[in-house]
Amino acid sequence: MTRSTSHPQSSRLAVLAVLLLTGSGPLAAAPPRPPSQVTVTDLPNDDGTGLVVRWNVSPDDKPDAQPRVVGQYDVERKDAADKNAEFELIGEANFGETSLEDKKCERGIAYLYRVIAVGLDKSKSEAAMAAKPVTGVLQWIDGTRLWFGLIGVVVCGAVVSFIRIAQSGRELKIRKIAGLEAVDEAVGRATEMGRSCLFVPGILDINDMQTVSGITVLSHVAGLAAEYDAQLEVPTSRSLVMTTARETVQAAYLKAGRPDAYNEDNVYYLTDEQFGYVAAVTGTMVRDEPAACFYMGAFFAESLILAETGNSIGAIQVAGTAMPSQLPFFVAACDYTLIGEEFFAASAYLSGEVHQLGSLKGQDVGKLIGGGLIVIGCLLATLASLSAEDGGLSGAVSYLKDHILGDGGLLP
Amino acid sequence: MKRTVPLCIAALVGFVLILSEFIPFAQSWGRTAMIWFDILAAFAFVLGGANLLKIHLLKISSQRVGWGYSVITVAAFTITMVIGLGKFGVTPSESFPQFTWSGDYLQDGSGFWWMYQYVYLPLASTMFALLAFYIASAAFRAFRAKNTEAIILLVTAFIVLLGRTYAGIWLTADPLAWLGQTLYGDPQALAMFRLDVVVEMIMGVFNMAGNRAIMIGIALGIVALSLKVLLGVDRSYLGSEE
Amino acid sequence: MGDFFTNLDRRWIFLGMGIVVALPMLLGLSFPEEPSDMVRDVFAAVDTLPEGSNILMAYDYDPATKGELEPMAAAFTRHCAKKKHKLYFITLWPAAVPMLRQNIDILESEFGDDYTYGENYVNLGFRPGNEGVIKVVVTDLKELYGNDVNGQDLQKIPMTRNLKNIQQMDLIVNVSAGTPGAKEWVQYAASKYEIKMVAGVTGVGAPALYPYVPAQLTGLLGAIKAAAEYEQTLIDAYPEFAENPATNEALRRMGPQLIAHIYIVALIILGNCIYFTDKRRGAAR
Repeated sequence: MTRSTSHPQSSRLAVLAVLLLTGSGPLAAAPPRPPSQVTVTDLPNDDGTGLVVRWNVSPDDKPDAQPRVVGQYDVERKDAADKNAEFELIGEANFGETSLEDKKCERGIAYLYRVIAVGLDKSKSEAAMAAKPVTGVLQWIDGTRLWFGLIGVVVCGAVVSFIRIAQSGRELKIRKIAGLEAVDEAVGRATEMGRSCLFVPGILDINDMQTVSGITVLSHVAGLAAEYDAQLEVPTSRSLVMTTARETVQAAYLKAGRPDAYNEDNVYYLTDEQFGYVAAVTGTMVRDEPAACFYMGAFFAESLILAETGNSIGAIQVAGTAMPSQLPFFVAACDYTLIGEEFFAASAYLSGEVHQLGSLKGQDVGKLIGGGLIVIGCLLATLASLSAEDGGLSGAVSYLKDHILGDGGLLP
Repeated sequence: MKRTVPLCIAALVGFVLILSEFIPFAQSWGRTAMIWFDILAAFAFVLGGANLLKIHLLKISSQRVGWGYSVITVAAFTITMVIGLGKFGVTPSESFPQFTWSGDYLQDGSGFWWMYQYVYLPLASTMFALLAFYIASAAFRAFRAKNTEAIILLVTAFIVLLGRTYAGIWLTADPLAWLGQTLYGDPQALAMFRLDVVVEMIMGVFNMAGNRAIMIGIALGIVALSLKVLLGVDRSYLGSEE
Repeated sequence: MGDFFTNLDRRWIFLGMGIVVALPMLLGLSFPEEPSDMVRDVFAAVDTLPEGSNILMAYDYDPATKGELEPMAAAFTRHCAKKKHKLYFITLWPAAVPMLRQNIDILESEFGDDYTYGENYVNLGFRPGNEGVIKVVVTDLKELYGNDVNGQDLQKIPMTRNLKNIQQMDLIVNVSAGTPGAKEWVQYAASKYEIKMVAGVTGVGAPALYPYVPAQLTGLLGAIKAAAEYEQTLIDAYPEFAENPATNEALRRMGPQLIAHIYIVALIILGNCIYFTDKRRGAAR
């Protein structure tokens, strides 16, 4: 004989009791206590669209709390002038944080902010309101960039001053740069051998100053090629560089009185892709065997491939780049290398114009400033580290690092 | 006029963007200018592509020396463009299954992906690998002890070449440990002279100092050249003086 | 004999280089690696994070540099997966998209049981803009990334639903071949917002980043040697990795690297011997 394990009515009651007790889920934790002292101030050195919201953390936000109560802070705002406006979430800050920058304000509008502590279980505290609405203030000058501006004005002023001095007729001593002296020789050699010249203006676009500098050297090389009746080929890696190079070469041929000798197909675009470009150029070099190769611009890993290929065909090679990582390859493999600022000096040097040469002296002022800052900074830092007291010296080093050289100064 | 207008545009835009670095209101203008540049470059890209096709088609039609390479170039250009734009082998994206072309053009298994994996990837790696061969030939040809500086360069090259491999540790770790133990009773006393440690010092101190000096000079060169271009002192990028 | 070397055809040099690289690979020649302090710091930065931490895997390299950087990236991926961290893959290079895919393949094939897309890892893919992308995602990621690489809305993916910006990351792991890359991540993210960061770069790019260590960059892996040391550290800490041949890619490459370096040293010595011999011969005449 079998028996049922329990009375049907009581089992139903038991199930109901279990459901009531467990169906609603675990007992909900109390929401965290709200943060306090919410203050809102203008974000300095901005265009009036930034405000900074600060608060004191919730009393439940303890760094060593286990389990953690507060997960984050929700920052909300509304347009204070609009009576129908609702608070909207504009940002979240992690637990422990006490501020948030709101950079998406509209200028001229007063915003009222509130901060809510949110628990790990997404429960929310009461809102802590800011005392009053705040409007962003437009600052016309970014005060943190003052040192940058000052140094920029001094350096640029020095360049302009030396240009003026040179224009006044005073002789300026500029050292010889072997690579630039060799440009004429290289083009002449190519003409004598009846072979072409190859000019590679780098692989970056025209918005890079190295490419601009390369194009200015191209102008001079093209003028020489026109004068000596040598063929010049300019394969480019960017379409805009191709169009600029064509204009430059055409103008150079026109100036040399040889507009008929100009062939626009000699300045051509290959590909934007780095190794595709260098494969095409080295293929051209091996087939056409130019007698003179000029590498003037920004290069990356392809620099050694170009230089070694040029070496294998017996070409005279002049390179110029401002990529420090590629300079060793060019120095090792090319006949002449323009290192860094020598390359930027090329246009002034090749033109021979006095006012352009004056600008080279102006750069030296910048170097003096740079050298001076390095010496002063190293001296201060050394003395500060040797000094037992943590006072003026450390402060001076910090000011130098943070305001003159750091984020507030020369760094963008 | 042909040169004056570009000079004025260059000067105006250049100085405005310099000033915008200091005026918070105008700080986004630099980003806008870059977007304009990207749009210009995109149009110029079409120009470059058309020029590429023109030159190579001319070369093929007149059968100049090396026209076979031009055939390969034009064929590769056309095939890549057709397969890429046509999204051959691309299945619709999971988020937009009703649109045939909603999948990513580089989707695994697609025609473009296949070309990337089995044509572009090996070719790019091969070109990069050429550097190893060329550095060997450059080292043989160019690293000669002609003077004091060249000797210093050579010694440094030997230290770095050996220190960057197990050879540096094998050559110096045990001998220096023995020497340190013998002279100072501490095998780590002379560990700073291990080749791998010396390499870190060379790269972190001497090499970095030289790099920084070059970079300062480069930055000043860029400032001076940019100023000359903006002021119109240097116009060689526009062509001749006339 | 002297004339042979004086007028040596460079193709003999190329052949020699080919042999010295191929033979050690074929013979499986490998050498022990002793991790440097820098490599240990990088390892510790990943290993000491609590399980389930948020890691931004910013891989900015292309097929050309894959040989040098892929072992680094793969080692980082395996290490983070071993620690069951949450991985957010991102890149600033268009050519790096397949590189992200290959690292995700590692997760799917080797850690498939523990790793589910959307819950443990997500692929945000590429956005154009170079360092501009960093400047935006460091404050508001969803301004640029509305969807992942498969077109899925980030609001619908569990691990990105509440992701506001990369300041919520516990660590940035960057493998970079150039620009934009490690320097930009340091300048615009790690340094400015004090996000912990480690980086792996090519040998050529490493010197430019040394100034950032250790203040802005916790550690730096420079070149394939550092990658090999990292792999060795990983195998020492987690011996089960030793059974997987894919985990010692960099270690395998150190054999050819050593022999190739010795070959180059020999070539330099030979070149100088020829130079001095010719000089003496010329002087004698």
